[in-house]
Amino acid sequence: MKSMKVVVPVLLLAGLGAGALASAAGITPQSMADALHMVLDTDRTVYTKLIVNRLQNEEKVIKASEHWKEDKALVLPAQMFRAGAEMTHDKGATFSYSLLSLWPVNKQNKARTDAEKQGLQYVVDNKGKNFYAEETLGGKKYFTAVYPDYAVVPACVTCHNGHKDSPKKDFKIGDVMGAVVIRLPLDG
Amino acid sequence: MKQPKHLFSWIAAGVVTLALAGYFTSRLLGEDRIVFTPGAMTHGHYQIELACNACHTPFAGVKQDACIECHGARLAASNDSHPKKKFDDPRNADRLEALNALRCVTCHLEHRPQQTRAMGVTLPKDFCFHCHQEVGDDRPSHKNLAFDSCASAGCHNYHDNTALYEDFLVKHANEPATAAHPAVPVRKPGDALRASGMRGRKPLGLADQDAPAEYAETKALHEWATTLHARAGVNCRDCHQPKDQPQWIARPGHEACNRCHESETKGFLAGKHGMRLAQHLPPMTPALARLPMQPDARDRVLGCTSCHGAHAFDTRRAAADACLGCHDDKHSRAYEGSTHERLWRAELSGAVSPGRGVACATCHLPRTIHKQDDGDARIRVEHNQNWNLRPNEKMARSVCLNCHGLGFTLDALADPALIADNFNGKPARHVESVDWAAKRVSQPSQGVKP
Repeated sequence: MKSMKVVVPVLLLAGLGAGALASAAGITPQSMADALHMVLDTDRTVYTKLIVNRLQNEEKVIKASEHWKEDKALVLPAQMFRAGAEMTHDKGATFSYSLLSLWPVNKQNKARTDAEKQGLQYVVDNKGKNFYAEETLGGKKYFTAVYPDYAVVPACVTCHNGHKDSPKKDFKIGDVMGAVVIRLPLDG
Repeated sequence: MKQPKHLFSWIAAGVVTLALAGYFTSRLLGEDRIVFTPGAMTHGHYQIELACNACHTPFAGVKQDACIECHGARLAASNDSHPKKKFDDPRNADRLEALNALRCVTCHLEHRPQQTRAMGVTLPKDFCFHCHQEVGDDRPSHKNLAFDSCASAGCHNYHDNTALYEDFLVKHANEPATAAHPAVPVRKPGDALRASGMRGRKPLGLADQDAPAEYAETKALHEWATTLHARAGVNCRDCHQPKDQPQWIARPGHEACNRCHESETKGFLAGKHGMRLAQHLPPMTPALARLPMQPDARDRVLGCTSCHGAHAFDTRRAAADACLGCHDDKHSRAYEGSTHERLWRAELSGAVSPGRGVACATCHLPRTIHKQDDGDARIRVEHNQNWNLRPNEKMARSVCLNCHGLGFTLDALADPALIADNFNGKPARHVESVDWAAKRVSQPSQGVKP
């Protein structure tokens, strides 16, 4: 991948522990996106395993619910991820990220742009590999990275397979259920 | 001969120009700037149409922040279905080209009475099409439905769907029209005391009053002595001459109430009764209202005491009789003799338990439950009528479902004739959303293979 100048909030880099990257000359969009994904994926996996799966599926002390506020329940891992994306945006981030799928429960989370469509299909067809592309949206140029999102615990597959709005109901542990899409602006 | 004639023309033109410039400058700098408004404003803003800067920033148009400053809290509380942050994502750039959902004024243009529809929307009715044209693929029940019917059939709202989303419809399907034990939340005296920070004072009686001597034997004092104010230790000077005031104030305004009743005053200033005061305009009077009002109430000035009374502070009078002292539209007139009114009178007489009666305020100034940091829940009266007024489905959860089933509620709220008749009778319309949602759950779609 050709090295490019990317607009990167310095505070974010510090927060992500990416100081080494920041000090190195020429951070590539891919290395930046990969670093972001590592943190996002780790945090969500921790929440999914240590909170949701443990308390809902193993200990059975509290449920996770799409309507968590009304049901006084845990936030679903996908909702936790989205809430983080929205809060990051509210803080003024120039990058964005989302959780999309070829089989979304929420139809607004299906692939929309060409890069998303190609990327989601690629990570399903090429297990273990990521997809990177550049795209222009609304007149602005972006680096778009697509990372496979796996079913890591039983809570993932039981919830999606049993949801009335899920177009796919035969997920298994280890399957690619969707993808994390990270978008970095390239125009400054 | 020609020169003097041109000279007179120039002088006349100059005089007219100067006169016009003087007139418009004086109007611009004065309080009455109505001459500059390009068209009548919507029902939501007409009261403050002379407070141009409430919405307009000089030489910068209407900024988004101006809308959010007044409407942001309600949008957040309703879990806005189409928040700005949903459209900020670059993946929605093509949608923004069709409909710029980042700005309120894309849909809600002011000063356009000819093109303004319900909820102050100035876009064509079928705007949902731009993003939801494929809805029929996922919802067979929605195939071939016209896109100008999404919001008009009692099914969807652009912002507030808290009583309309599918799982909620399913959860409340098959509920009876009226619940077995209908009742709205009842305030406890301690709620107001805790909120005001006035706990711990010694109860007061007539002998404890601290008014100037000329007020010693007035009716006002006797009314005060019977109130919660006296029981809570609130004396005359707490309102009429608080510590920061050197002189006795004969008629304290909402600022005095705000010292203890902050959330109620905030709601009042955000609502239709107080929004003019919030913009530093003269207070609202029934004469300024667009709704029909009682002729003899035209010149009443709206403040806290116009509904609550200056010393009795009778919340029961404020909940219905005070409203009917001004409001004279069909819905208000039909309240008398309605089932809701009969229950309210029964509650006042003690014939039914507290919470069973339905006054005007029960629906329009609803009781809202606020969770505190200590886990305690307090009930407040929301004094901003706009909180659940329009679209009227906003009233479903905050009010109607305390007593009625969701299906009955949505049908009733979709029936304009029934609303005008103050719900005397049964709904003549039927909103099918609950049926469709229940049917979809009982016949789920089959999964597909990748």
